[in-house]
Amino acid sequence: MAEKEMLILREVYKTFNPGTITEKTALNGVNLTLAKGDFVTVIGGNGAGKSTMLNAIAGTFPVDRGNILLGGREITRLPEHRRAALLGRVFQDPMTGTAASMNIEENLALANRRGQPRGLRWGITAKEREQYREKLSSLELGLENRMGSKVGLLSGGQRQALTLLMATLKHPELLLLDEHTAALDPKTAEKVLRLTDQLIRENGLTAIMVTHNMKDALALGNRTIMMHEGRVILDLDAEQKKEMTVEGLLEQFEKVSGRELSNDRMLLTK
Amino acid sequence: MNITQLLNQMPGAVAQGLIWGIMAIGVYITFRILDIADLTVDGSIATGGAVAAILITSGVHPWLAVFAAFLVGMAAGAVTGLFHTGMGIPAILSGILTQLALYSINLRIQGIGTDLGSRANVPMSINKYKNMLVSLRNVGNFSLDNPIWLLLLITVLLIGVMYWFFGTEYGCGLRAVGANQQMARAQGINTNTGKVIGLMISNGLVAFSGALMAQYQGFSDVSMGRGAIVIGLAAVIIGEVIFGKKFRNFALKLLAVSLGAIIYYLVIQVVLWMGLSTDDLKLLTALVVALFLAMPYWKSRLSARKLKGGAGNG
Repeated sequence: MAEKEMLILREVYKTFNPGTITEKTALNGVNLTLAKGDFVTVIGGNGAGKSTMLNAIAGTFPVDRGNILLGGREITRLPEHRRAALLGRVFQDPMTGTAASMNIEENLALANRRGQPRGLRWGITAKEREQYREKLSSLELGLENRMGSKVGLLSGGQRQALTLLMATLKHPELLLLDEHTAALDPKTAEKVLRLTDQLIRENGLTAIMVTHNMKDALALGNRTIMMHEGRVILDLDAEQKKEMTVEGLLEQFEKVSGRELSNDRMLLTK
Repeated sequence: MNITQLLNQMPGAVAQGLIWGIMAIGVYITFRILDIADLTVDGSIATGGAVAAILITSGVHPWLAVFAAFLVGMAAGAVTGLFHTGMGIPAILSGILTQLALYSINLRIQGIGTDLGSRANVPMSINKYKNMLVSLRNVGNFSLDNPIWLLLLITVLLIGVMYWFFGTEYGCGLRAVGANQQMARAQGINTNTGKVIGLMISNGLVAFSGALMAQYQGFSDVSMGRGAIVIGLAAVIIGEVIFGKKFRNFALKLLAVSLGAIIYYLVIQVVLWMGLSTDDLKLLTALVVALFLAMPYWKSRLSARKLKGGAGNG
């Protein structure tokens, strides 16, 4: 059923700094297909290519080889700002997803015009302001009363929640979450994660979430993939996920990769 | 030292400050909104003067001449923008390259119609070209032909237009480009185009200011832009230091830039009156701007040290 495939990565390769001493093959023939409505969690050690895969989809850099199709459309050679119309993104660093020197409603208004030509109409209307107030109040962070505040004044968790709202505002074909709770304290991370799950469900979004936390990876979404050395080495569907444990994942990793998972950060968060 | 002598200089300082204030608003757009230190302006201000002078002396109406200067300034900004975004040259170097190239171009523009085809200075006396928009000849008059009135009107209109533009969808996008490029791209904004457009608007305003300057002083000179960027930065910084706490609104921030330029020229008049040689003026300006630019850095180091000290005690 071809029309149900939302994302296809076909034999995607990417090497950084080719021909130099810092040469690094980040993507080594990635194959991945997401059906519409899939919520895939991605795990793997440092340098496995998780973030690189998300950035390749977002168009942060051109890939060396392979094809990327989103919603049936070839986007491999589309520049980053053109792909943005189809994507929602939340980054690891809370600073990255928002403009600190602009206020909350201006940030939302920028996100609300993603994929549309920007003209000389006024940048934010009274009607959309009301709509933002409503959406912000659903976050239950009190941001609806601070819409004129600069985003730079918000905490990391508040900024990530706002970025999530911005990313999902236009119902993107695909939501890319790049360890978006890694920089937050455990309690805030938990809250943002719950919000993530809620927004994805409510909007019926297709999403990819990279995480270092194996428990989260198993608890959320309907699929989990494991990456190693620029390749997908394990792909669990919803049924397999239910039966999988963190210990089981570690075991699987050793079996498939032929080595022990020696990532402190990953072990610590099991 | 004669105090009436100083007071007589004040209207001229205000007029000059207003003209440089327009230029400084252009600098504000690149330096503060786009986060680019654009050195094109040293060249493009003289380009504005050259274009206006050559057009006015050949009989074109001054309003048309300043408009032409604006367009040519925009072209200069576009060149810097393309050096930067299309050729990957660092922004600051792109500006320097355009500035250097403009020196030759300005000589050529001013040389239009001469046998040599190149000229360092174009005189245009108010006696001969009576319809010029502003002239220092009238700056002491208590009448409507005092250039300060027109300059005030232009400044207010300019601030209004900039307030409107940076509030539009496109203008908001430009602000996002300066605030966070990664975020801007994730919201579907072409950051390269944004930078080119921003540099064009900025240099258009700078050239517009140069066109007024040439009329005000009664000549256009190829080196009239030397150090212009530093004066522009001085105006931006003085405005922020004095009015930054009170002026939060964008329009007021631009007003602060214009006021900063006026204050700069008033202070210059005072130090000249106190006996400083005009030859030492650029040295003084450079040092003052360096000092003000260092302040945020020193402040952050100071608070970091305080923080360390606090942790040690606790």
